[in-house]
Amino acid sequence: MFGELLRRELRLGLRHAADSVAALLFFAVVTALFPLGVGPEPKLLARIGPGVIWVAALLAAILPLDRLFGADAEDGTLDLLLLSGVPPIGVAMLKTCAHWLLTGLPLLLASGPVAIMFGVAPAPFRVLLLGLLPGTLVLSLLGTTAAALVVGARRGGVLLPLLVLPLATPVLIMGTLAAEAARTSAPDAAPLLVLAALLALCAPFCPLAAGAALRHAG
Amino acid sequence: MGAESAGAGLVFEAIAAVRAERLVLAGVSGGVGHGGALVLRGANGAGKSTLLRVLAGLLRPDEGRIAWDGEPFEDLPSWSRHIAYVGHLDALKPGLTVAENLRPWAVAAGRGVEPALAVMGLEALVAVPARFLSAGQRRRAVLARLALSAAPLWLLDEPTNALDAASLARLEALLAAHREAGGAVVAATHQDFVLPGAATLELVG
Repeated sequence: MFGELLRRELRLGLRHAADSVAALLFFAVVTALFPLGVGPEPKLLARIGPGVIWVAALLAAILPLDRLFGADAEDGTLDLLLLSGVPPIGVAMLKTCAHWLLTGLPLLLASGPVAIMFGVAPAPFRVLLLGLLPGTLVLSLLGTTAAALVVGARRGGVLLPLLVLPLATPVLIMGTLAAEAARTSAPDAAPLLVLAALLALCAPFCPLAAGAALRHAG
Repeated sequence: MGAESAGAGLVFEAIAAVRAERLVLAGVSGGVGHGGALVLRGANGAGKSTLLRVLAGLLRPDEGRIAWDGEPFEDLPSWSRHIAYVGHLDALKPGLTVAENLRPWAVAAGRGVEPALAVMGLEALVAVPARFLSAGQRRRAVLARLALSAAPLWLLDEPTNALDAASLARLEALLAAHREAGGAVVAATHQDFVLPGAATLELVG
């Protein structure tokens, strides 16, 4: 049932491509605006590139969260998901997987070309993408939890960034720290390991919290 | 209608539920045996939908107990095995075809989508995106999901809304077959002729 429901989520995501592509376009446009804003100095762009990509990815990942459970809560699908025999924690994991596959992974893939556009050197480039892998996963996990918490709340969309962004700051700090360390040839393993630890922490607890929130949203 | 023995089928006792700081249900008790049917009546806002959500396990009552065949409600995944719920919302995704909308439930039940759609006379609309359906066709697609369900207890919130006479007859046949097979139905409806011999529970808000 879980696999079938995930396939359905992906099919929906691809069919309503505008929703899925919107976050990606937002990411591309925001990162493209930075060289216009701070000037075309190559050294400066190469230095700020990883940070810009991290912040833009963070903001872009929040865009689809409003509809993650919102659409299903409005049309009654959420009731059916909860009654499908998949436990609430499973429904939360389903949405986390869908969010990562439809938003997190495309952002990760788009970060490569954007980093090249900023002229990021090979060493920080590699560490940037390596950090974004657990980073986007943690964002999907935190985002699902926040989205589950605001189900049924009016103006939930406004609450979402306020809930997710503070929780996501450790991810941002560690991600940019790792890329900066790689740029200055300092040891970059520690921040990457902290990112992995954050993922290990969020992977069990976020679906648990999101599931409990869904269970009481009815 | 079906033999009602003590503890068999659905039993709910002293259900109380508060919605938006208003006591919607207070001390509501009742039940329905295998093969039986229960029609919920009451004015708008009397708590029919709330009671159905409580019985589905979607809404935890502030007081009271529910049990199926003597087995009390413990958690949603195990309770949901007994339940097929049709709320007043359609839960159809406009971008998916009728068949795609029902697919996960068909796979879970190990049954085909087409026969279920045929039950509600929707064979011709299998590959049509749900956004092109009329209100009555949407309702029929939702009711076709019942035909996929192996759950013994069907909870229906205004199932006859927007249905034409032919579709009402199909629903009647579907419900009769379900009760014949030992299933139970609880419905909030004003057209209770689709459930002959049903008991009635009057709710006062």
